[in-house]
Amino acid sequence: MTFAYAPAPESRSVVDIAPSYGLFIDGEFTEAAGAKVFKTVSPASEEVLSEVAHAAAEDVDRAVRAARKAFEKWSALPGAERAKYLFRIARIIQERSRELAVLETLDNGKPIRESRDSDLPLVAAHFFYYAGWADKLPYAGFGADPRPLGVAGQVIPWNFPLLMLAWKIAPALAAGNTVVLKPAETTPLSALFFADICRQAGLPKGVVNIITGDGSTGAELVTHPGVDKVAFTGSTEVGKAIARTVAGTDKKLTLELGGKAANIVFDDAPVDQAVEGIVNGIFFNQGHVCCAGSRLLVQESVADEILDALKRRMSTLRVGDPLDKNTDIGAINSPEQLARIRELADAGEAEGAERWAPSCELPSTGYWFAPTLFTGVTQAHRIAREEIFGPVLSVLTFRTPAEAVEKANNTPYGLSAGVWTEKGSRILWMADKLRAGIVWANTFNKFDPASPFGGYKESGFGREGGRHGLEAYLNVG
Amino acid sequence: MSADRLSVLKTYKLYVGGKFPRSESGRVYEVTDSKGDWLANAPLSSRKDARDAVVAARKAFGGWSGATAYNRGQVLYRVAEMLEGRRDQFVSEVAEAEGLSKAKATAQVDAAVDRWVWYAGWSDKVAQIAGSANPVAGPFFNLSTPEPTGVVAVLAPQDSSFLGLVSVLAPAIVTGNTAVVVASEKSPLPALSLAEVLATSDVPGGVVNVLSGRTGEIAAPLAAHQDVNAIDLAGAGPELAKELEASAADNLKRVLRPRPADWSADPGTERLLAFLETKTVWHPMGA
Repeated sequence: MTFAYAPAPESRSVVDIAPSYGLFIDGEFTEAAGAKVFKTVSPASEEVLSEVAHAAAEDVDRAVRAARKAFEKWSALPGAERAKYLFRIARIIQERSRELAVLETLDNGKPIRESRDSDLPLVAAHFFYYAGWADKLPYAGFGADPRPLGVAGQVIPWNFPLLMLAWKIAPALAAGNTVVLKPAETTPLSALFFADICRQAGLPKGVVNIITGDGSTGAELVTHPGVDKVAFTGSTEVGKAIARTVAGTDKKLTLELGGKAANIVFDDAPVDQAVEGIVNGIFFNQGHVCCAGSRLLVQESVADEILDALKRRMSTLRVGDPLDKNTDIGAINSPEQLARIRELADAGEAEGAERWAPSCELPSTGYWFAPTLFTGVTQAHRIAREEIFGPVLSVLTFRTPAEAVEKANNTPYGLSAGVWTEKGSRILWMADKLRAGIVWANTFNKFDPASPFGGYKESGFGREGGRHGLEAYLNVG
Repeated sequence: MSADRLSVLKTYKLYVGGKFPRSESGRVYEVTDSKGDWLANAPLSSRKDARDAVVAARKAFGGWSGATAYNRGQVLYRVAEMLEGRRDQFVSEVAEAEGLSKAKATAQVDAAVDRWVWYAGWSDKVAQIAGSANPVAGPFFNLSTPEPTGVVAVLAPQDSSFLGLVSVLAPAIVTGNTAVVVASEKSPLPALSLAEVLATSDVPGGVVNVLSGRTGEIAAPLAAHQDVNAIDLAGAGPELAKELEASAADNLKRVLRPRPADWSADPGTERLLAFLETKTVWHPMGA
């Protein structure tokens, strides 16, 4: 017996998207030099949402100069004053969270349930958390008078557009820096709406500058000699290229890059909870998550039981209209990303792993990929080694805790890991042995502004969130 | 009669994996004092020596990082005890290497021994200043703790052959990292003698590996090595540092850039914290 769901669409009338947007530089929206623009589309419908300015080198230069000019006054403000601006921003985000959630879902393709219940609350909380640090920096453990770095050039990805903006801008401003931020090419809109929030908050001109464009714009920004701090979240490949370009400069660098997290399920784990954790670990945000639990390591003795339960659960996942409140899995963010997911999934089959997906009807327009798992995966397979960044789970098995650790750590990445077991001493032993920046035990994909986030090894360096997150924007360490 | 006695010279060797090999290349180079007079032939390490040292450091990492902080603190304190006993030897080596008076060399050695003691005491305290209990908005235990980054390549300062060396080595290893140290190119003898102290303390073989030779030649394969996790460029000039940093990007090594340093000043915690990773563990709370 099956139950049908009635459609439960969130209204998009709360969002008023302009037909075009300029660059937000020195408190004004301005055209890009050469008036070059690009379109941003809704990945669920392929509908063009707006046209956005494409910043060229001279626009980047203009933005960096504006930020430099604003730095002197902003950094000299008493921390308590900077704090109040950030508190204002946090409150305005809360007030406008319905609008921003719908906007994020339109531009990104993620389910409204996630943008509404996860992204937006975390965005506001992040500003609220760092607002309170702005006037307490001498107590943060970085010396009696830690100083800001200057102008921060920040480049963020498309998977959590507004949340990544918050992770970058909130600590930077709290510490007294000014910023030039470039949102991802496919998801520029929420950052441009954030510019309007800065206006409503009365933030001084030039403290936050938003420039839109593609990778070339990002490259101009991180190599600009007027930038004192580079913060990047994105692929490991681009992160390495940025690390090369800042070599020999005085630029401080933090990188939050890719991952290939192991989600390890022991035979004593409660099956239903573990299955929910596995599903949340890999299908949250269509698997467009750097810390996604993309490698399931399941103890051999319970592998069949877990897989049966997992397949049953996957069969109930609803893929489709991201604005529908019942949707579990939304659209893949771009045709390029869809092609990459398909290529790696095909490689999984070609290399001999067994592919399974529940039968589910995908919409005829937009970019979609059904939740998929692979069994019979070996550590040599590409789907066990490369970040897929999509709703694709690779399943491997193990017999002993030592083997689980060995397999979990057998990757150049080290962002996150999951452990499911009822045995407390084993959790702590595993947490100690796993070479990853975040270990979720009997939970997964939890985030909080007070909790430091960031990787080991090729998942990058530096932390975002918590007291640790301030270090990236102060002249210490 | 002692004036006529011919002294016994020491053959200086590398220190890798707890053993004292010559360079596999068979090469040596002449080390002179500040006036240009011959002091010794030091091993001229090759790329292969660098790779062997990395293998030894990796092999030692599990045990050293897994030792209790109390144990690491005691082992490193033991090193200071051994240094104190060899004080005169280090004073004369530092005086010759750096052209210092006996009094100034003594001050350097004393400061180095005291610094070693200072860092040894950090072993079981650093987690309490670098970690945190995080008050997340939900029913979760959430704790951040620092962990060692892994294998650290350390280019020791060129100008301060012993105090500078101790100032960059001790903070790297006290937290559980293992190290491949490239000694001061011109003045490697105090570093090679320090290896003898480490070997007769309780420091497990491979925790510290000491190479002498051309800094540029040894540092290049270390900066590019895929199994090195971090590099301290203290001993590199600006050009070399830029090259090494770019090369270190290949596996995203943590890089500590060189900057002017007064090794006699209070070191602060910068070097102690530079080669640590923050691990955050979440667990739900529930009855």
